Amino acid sequence: MTVVHNFASHGVAVAATRPRRNWAADVAVFVGMAVLLWLIVRVGRGTAVPWTVPSAPSSVSTDPGNLPYYAARSLLRMFAALGLSLVFTFFYATAAARSRRAEKVLIPLLDVLQSVPILGFLAITITGFIALFPGSLLGLECASVFAIFTSQAWNMTFAFYQSLIAQPHDLDEASRLLRLSRWQRFWRVDLPSGMIPLVWNGMMSFGGGWFFLTASEALSVNNHKFALPGIGAYVASASEEGNLARVLLAIVVMIVVILGVNVLFWRPLTAWAERFRIEESEAVETPRSVTLDILRRSRIPGIIGRPLGRLVYPIDRVTAVFGATGQSLKTSIVRRRIGDAASVLTFLVVLGYGAFRVIEYIASSVGFAEVGHAALLGLATFARVVVVVVVSTLIWVPIGVWIGLNPKVTRLAQPIVQVLASFPANFLFPLFTALLLATGISINWGGILLMALGTQWYILFNVIAGASAIPNDLRDAAASLRLPTVLRWRTLIIPGIFGSYVTGGITAAGGAWNASIVAEVVQYHGTTLSAVGLGSYITHATAVGDAPRLLIGVIAMSLYVVTMNVVLWQPLYHLSERRFSLS
Amino acid sequence: MTQDVIIHLEHVTKSFGKPDGGTLVVLDDINLDISEGEVVALLGRSGCGKSTLLRIIAGLIGPTSGVARYDGTELTGANPGTAMVFQNFALMPWLTVQKNVELGLAARDVAPAERSKRAVDAIDLIGLDGFESAYPKELSGGMRQRVGFARALVLQPDLLLMDEPFSALDVLTAENLRNELMTLWTGQEFPTKAICLVTHNIEEAIVLADRVIVLSSNPGRILAELPVELERPRDRRSPAFEALVDKVYGLLTGTGVATTPVEPTTATPTSLPLPRATVGGLAGLVEIVYGKGGRIDIPTIAADLSIVAEHLLPLVDAAVLLDFLRVSAPNLEITTAGKDFTTADIQTSKQIFARQARTRAPLVRTICRALNDCPDGNLRAGFFLDILQKGFSPQDAQQQLDTAIGWGRYAELFDYSADTDQITADPNATLVEPPA
Repeated sequence: MTVVHNFASHGVAVAATRPRRNWAADVAVFVGMAVLLWLIVRVGRGTAVPWTVPSAPSSVSTDPGNLPYYAARSLLRMFAALGLSLVFTFFYATAAARSRRAEKVLIPLLDVLQSVPILGFLAITITGFIALFPGSLLGLECASVFAIFTSQAWNMTFAFYQSLIAQPHDLDEASRLLRLSRWQRFWRVDLPSGMIPLVWNGMMSFGGGWFFLTASEALSVNNHKFALPGIGAYVASASEEGNLARVLLAIVVMIVVILGVNVLFWRPLTAWAERFRIEESEAVETPRSVTLDILRRSRIPGIIGRPLGRLVYPIDRVTAVFGATGQSLKTSIVRRRIGDAASVLTFLVVLGYGAFRVIEYIASSVGFAEVGHAALLGLATFARVVVVVVVSTLIWVPIGVWIGLNPKVTRLAQPIVQVLASFPANFLFPLFTALLLATGISINWGGILLMALGTQWYILFNVIAGASAIPNDLRDAAASLRLPTVLRWRTLIIPGIFGSYVTGGITAAGGAWNASIVAEVVQYHGTTLSAVGLGSYITHATAVGDAPRLLIGVIAMSLYVVTMNVVLWQPLYHLSERRFSLS
Repeated sequence: MTQDVIIHLEHVTKSFGKPDGGTLVVLDDINLDISEGEVVALLGRSGCGKSTLLRIIAGLIGPTSGVARYDGTELTGANPGTAMVFQNFALMPWLTVQKNVELGLAARDVAPAERSKRAVDAIDLIGLDGFESAYPKELSGGMRQRVGFARALVLQPDLLLMDEPFSALDVLTAENLRNELMTLWTGQEFPTKAICLVTHNIEEAIVLADRVIVLSSNPGRILAELPVELERPRDRRSPAFEALVDKVYGLLTGTGVATTPVEPTTATPTSLPLPRATVGGLAGLVEIVYGKGGRIDIPTIAADLSIVAEHLLPLVDAAVLLDFLRVSAPNLEITTAGKDFTTADIQTSKQIFARQARTRAPLVRTICRALNDCPDGNLRAGFFLDILQKGFSPQDAQQQLDTAIGWGRYAELFDYSADTDQITADPNATLVEPPA
């Protein structure tokens, strides 16, 4: 090489600044890890205590001294569900992205799963898990973890699948030509390239999971009332006792927990994930995290990491049996067609048989008149969802645009809105139920407010993101043209935020449907308020163990959500991609 | 010769299925051997399938018919005897330089200590020592491509494949890297037995290769094989070098519409595709030729504008199609229509353009006639796309339509509304040539 020594003239090479080692960081990390381990062991012990259905407690103690322990138990459930969602995501998304045939089934299925009201399934899953772990609390724990899992997994899977599909073509070709094994391909290429969407979606889904945690910790199923030691059950019990002070206390603890998880877990994770950014351009504002800085200054992660690093080579060798990445070039067209036909046929047979069994079951139990009844109730809930979306839009779009267009306000507001979005709205239900009882407002109207409590933030959050992404030169142009307000909204702001608004709208509407199951039936201090709607229909069917009505209710709600997506949101989404995309 | 053949392609054809059930032939009957000790350049215009051909050699895609052999064995997957250097580097951004270079060794089950040693050697060879623990993000384009080379060379492949390896770099960096590569190649240390590169840069092909394979477009066929027997390092200003460049330009110009056997005034939109040229670009070219006295050779324009053939040739084709220029290789000459077009005022030159386009550009003519035949002068663009997809891939069909709409708009023949997807005739336009 002749000219290699004057790289300086190549210019750009800047060595990354490595953080200085610091013994204080070592101490902090060491203490933090010790506390974490102790907590896991201490809290984990409580999950497998003996437990039977007849002797099961229907409420938990509302002694404030128990709150930290309950919060820790709830947190453990949340992280167990997150881990489960992650494993599910790895397998499901990889299968869908790497196999043409699997993709055709798995992705539509994922679409449907995203639209199914998760809470409607609790009756079925609880019965199943209790049977799986007879005599132990573990069954109920698993049912709760599963409910959270179903609220997190689909989103994460979809995000990871998208990132696998959109993987830069040349990285795919390089991996194949370097002849990486499937195992190496996954850990060295696929997972890193999908890390950023996975982490961000994980964070959002984790926030959404609190709602389902709260709902699944205290339940009426099959004429039994169950309560799992946890912060959600604490709120339910305090509400039952009519003790608003303790509800408020739980709300404060919940906020502390959400903030703590953000600071100690998600912030460092999002900051760390930046290293997996593929685009040349840095993110507009790189996430920073004090926790990550401390970890980087400490020697302990390195000390733990080194022996683990030595395992990579043996594991690579063992997993080589899974074969190399990429498909054989020699596939006979005839065999492929036969395989396609066989898989389509199998799928149709399974689907047809399932549909047949459902129809038969409904016909032989409650009859089809019940379906019409559920569909009518669905209209009532549908009307509530529409009001939630429309009113949230009218209130939060202008505010969101104002926040998003002011960078300073955005920096302040974004984390707050993020906490609001992940705060489980059902913690607030007792307060608002007490208000409804005091004022005498019907739950038929109040239910709208309860549904909106949790879902409105998605619209605000996305509108802020959309507005802050409107390019500065377009804003300057609008300002220099002195566009009057109406024209400015029509030509700049609405097109600019349209795509993000639609995303927010889909999430808010889907969330409102799900929330209706807990928002249309509320209890406070011994009084139960019940609205007319599909959500309360499902809740009642769950409480009394009415399987046919539960099935009808869940199917009806899924159909409403899917129809709304196909008829309204998807066309809007395509419109935004076609007309209002900024690239 | 038969002993040291590394890659042997026999009657290789590659076609892709189209949505309407037809097939699009990208490569047609390619026969090619690559032997030890030679550098082979695959040269052609965009869409000639040269990258596809490289990927067949790499075993990344399979031929539709015919056989690709490495070392006598038919390829059924990624070719174990090759390593590739990519246009945009294809480095894993989350791995350090060292880990990127080691990646292929890890896949080949080399123990970590050995891996590290070999990677350091390759990094040394390619002039990257000191950068082992840097991330690709921290490096300039030229340095990144060095990592790309190190990652390929550390595997000691029999054949090094390069897919336009210098085209993402600036001119000086590219020249520097090319020179270093050739110094290594002529030295004794180089760990690979042969090189095959894809390029659309004619000079680059002649600087680097022992043999230039010129491919034609639509479908890709081997048009010519030129041995390059110049002494290395090669002098771009030597008459022998310039003669070769002229020869290749002549060959490549001959592959476009410029010398097509089809007569533009009678051809159909699928038998004579519109060159991918904007009105601004082709008007600029005509103006330059006029400014140079109406006659200039193509390599000179290319050098003057420092524009690669890839971008220049479509403009030449378009100007020839519209009869503004004619080619008498290697020269371009202006025609009467071209002179009128470039000297007239803007309205007149638009009218001249409209006349030439509606008579000589097949797709524009088809659209004009169709609009003329329908009473309200309004047609869905999808209608033309459907027709075009009988002869083109969906992307190419869209490309054709976009070009035609660009020309039609400039000529004020018709307009297109993205909102309604309608092509609408300009009320004042003469759509069909009045009978003489």
